[in-house]
Amino acid sequence: MKVLLRNPKRELDVRAPKNVGQLLRELEVVPESVLVIRNDTLVTHDEHLHDDDVVEIRPVMSGGAQ
Amino acid sequence: MKCRRCGDPAVIDLRRHNAGFCRECFLRYAREQVRRAIDEHAMVGAGERVLVAVSGGKDSLGLWHMLLALDIDADGLYVGLGIDEYSDESAQYARGFATRHDLKLIEVDLVDTYGFDIPGGSRAAKRAPCSACGLSKRHVFNDAAITNGYDVLATGHNLDDEAAVLFGNVLRWETEYLGRQQPVLAAAPGFVRKVKPLIRISEREMAAYCVLTGIDYIVEECPMAVGNRHLGYKELLNQLEERSPGSKAAFLNHFFDRAQPRFADEVTEARADLRPCASCGAPTPSTPDGEPVCAFCRMQARAVGKPISLQVAP
Repeated sequence: MKVLLRNPKRELDVRAPKNVGQLLRELEVVPESVLVIRNDTLVTHDEHLHDDDVVEIRPVMSGGAQ
Repeated sequence: MKCRRCGDPAVIDLRRHNAGFCRECFLRYAREQVRRAIDEHAMVGAGERVLVAVSGGKDSLGLWHMLLALDIDADGLYVGLGIDEYSDESAQYARGFATRHDLKLIEVDLVDTYGFDIPGGSRAAKRAPCSACGLSKRHVFNDAAITNGYDVLATGHNLDDEAAVLFGNVLRWETEYLGRQQPVLAAAPGFVRKVKPLIRISEREMAAYCVLTGIDYIVEECPMAVGNRHLGYKELLNQLEERSPGSKAAFLNHFFDRAQPRFADEVTEARADLRPCASCGAPTPSTPDGEPVCAFCRMQARAVGKPISLQVAP
């Protein structure tokens, strides 16, 4: 499957099948810091991913000092 | 995973609630959290004029959208900070949202109005960029709200923002800042009331709210914020949250309930000591020698290379 990451923007090819939680662990991404979007739809951590999926891992952290 | 409320397939899982939600139930949950924060802390009264500070990011645009969904009329305020393409792009998102929803957006450009941008102000005042930015936004937000006759200024500070600020203030025991960290900062002479309706919602939930409602927002982080201390605190807190879901909310909510009032006196004393800035008139701490000039006007004077103009009688 194709995995899109940001900051910096990059694209990875990752072997499926696996679920979202396994993908995040493999990429060492903290789940609380991202949304996972498959084919423009939000997915939960138990969702199974397949070879033909395009998955965006979108960071949600923002902001400077207040 | 099924939605906890209706049993339909879930689109988001919230570990701190040990629950998943479908789109409709999640949007209802998110709006309930905002409504609860507004009501519990008496953020907005009937008929009051609300101004939302928008940056083009998920929190502020999501907040504007939620206020309207809760039947609270609000106009927007965008401040152009002059951070190269990032500011140009973020302005497009703010304008795009206002246009799509037929809303009023007030724009203030730092360069056009005050003669400097954030990179320049940061260098001139020898402040970290995020410090120069925070100082400028606080000044311009307050000034724009008062000048345009608004009763309330709403900002998109979410649960993660506030938990990270609290973490930093506790690390250094900044007692005056701890006293000032509240969901509502009451109006006072020279200050509009400032409210934070998103204190019960995490930034992951805000990002999900925007994705699920089709709000187009700037995803890229500000280039000047990369690697700053505040983001480092957020990373630490997210690692803690991973091991112990609900920790961030407990840290912040229990602070508001049990600890913040213990530091409130420091804020009362600090506010009693404020005098009008000799240049712009905004409240600023008094000085033992001479007329006080606020930090924003001092930064502006250094950035534009001109002496501070004294226009307001002390």
